[in-house]
Amino acid sequence: MVKLNLHFSGGLELLFGNQKEYSVDVPHEPPSELKVGQLLVWTRDHLLTERPELFMKDKTVRPGILVLVNDVDWELSGTLDSELVDGDNVVFISTLHGG
Amino acid sequence: MPITCSSCGVEKAALRRPKTGDKLCKVCFFAAFEQEVHEAILTNNLFTAGDRVAVGASGGKDSTVLAYVLSLLNQRHSYGLDLVLLSVDEGISGYRDDSLETVKRNEQQYGIPLTIVSYQQLYGWSMDQIVKQIGTRNNCTFCGVFRRQALDRGAFLVKANKVATGHNADDIAETVLLNLIRGDLPRLGRCAGISTGEDGDLPRVKPFKYTYEKEIVMYAHFKKLDYFSTECIYAPYATRGFAREFIKDLETVRPSAIADLVRAAEEFRIGPDNAEQLAQPKTCQRCGYLSSQDVCKACLLLEGLNTGNPRLGFIMLANIEGNVFKLLSL
Ligand SMILES: [Zn+2]
Ligand SMILES: [Zn+2]
Repeated sequence: MVKLNLHFSGGLELLFGNQKEYSVDVPHEPPSELKVGQLLVWTRDHLLTERPELFMKDKTVRPGILVLVNDVDWELSGTLDSELVDGDNVVFISTLHGG
Repeated sequence: MPITCSSCGVEKAALRRPKTGDKLCKVCFFAAFEQEVHEAILTNNLFTAGDRVAVGASGGKDSTVLAYVLSLLNQRHSYGLDLVLLSVDEGISGYRDDSLETVKRNEQQYGIPLTIVSYQQLYGWSMDQIVKQIGTRNNCTFCGVFRRQALDRGAFLVKANKVATGHNADDIAETVLLNLIRGDLPRLGRCAGISTGEDGDLPRVKPFKYTYEKEIVMYAHFKKLDYFSTECIYAPYATRGFAREFIKDLETVRPSAIADLVRAAEEFRIGPDNAEQLAQPKTCQRCGYLSSQDVCKACLLLEGLNTGNPRLGFIMLANIEGNVFKLLSL
């Protein structure tokens, strides 16, 4: 298990039961680290309540959704291959919603 | 292994800028972001000292960051602007309420006075009443036409001489693409302009014309700015079309594509045949606001509503726009 704090905002929370914060235990077998790509699939299958196509496209997030790991743009840590450990914070922000 | 900021070489990088590929820490990113908006304002002479500028404020990310940054730059560089927040209340219960609360907080946070104008007050109809009358099929057309004019009308009410909107580079790239696909050359030629209506009495400026949506959202996130995102209850998830989707896909493959599309549109030269189609600004015979026709779109739609025949106003509108798709959808 990997303990993570997930945060959904920018309208994305509407796809997650209108809940912004989740503290989760994500099942994972060592020795390899859990990767964000795996977290996405787990999140979609376990937390998402509607319209998965608005969250993921192919194997990644739908373009226009920003991802930050410990408040750093995931493009700096390898996007889908970014590694996660206990206590990490992952933020998903939609840029696609209106004001 | 944290990556070091490529600008200061000291702090940990927090994001990769889509436009430049630079890996910057928060502080260097804020500085670069603000400086670029400042340069866009200076280079294009968007403002003159003494301007009273109505900032179209929806409580959403773009307008919230715009209000914050304009207020900051106005102080930092002594622009001498008199800024006011202007919000439009469409009268959709349960939808606008939260965003209007956000704008009211922004009024306090940024010290910019706020005015809210409602469709009810301007047109005699709220969106809830319109939907009751016409259903949810073409209501977005009404809302779009009314909103555009509402900002102008509101700006006159607060005696502003300019309107600033939060349209960003992604928005403009999307419009460029749509105009290209529709073959709308007159609009294609002018949609990438950073300001419109200089000849009319109320110019509109877009200080975020070169600013990527990703950076606006990152800026708001890192600065913990208070904004609200929502979906209209009458058109949930319907706000973004295929063009937006395509722009975002392009950005994923080649981040500079958005800036390139905007630049491409700036370079278009529209030939004299099409230039003539750029309607000279007129005023509506009924309400007196700027219109490309004798009677403006808002007044056409209102006539339909007020005579109990909303379809009529809609058909007239689709006719003047030559919009076959809208006519087919009736
Ligand atoms: Zn730095
Ligand atoms: Zn009119």
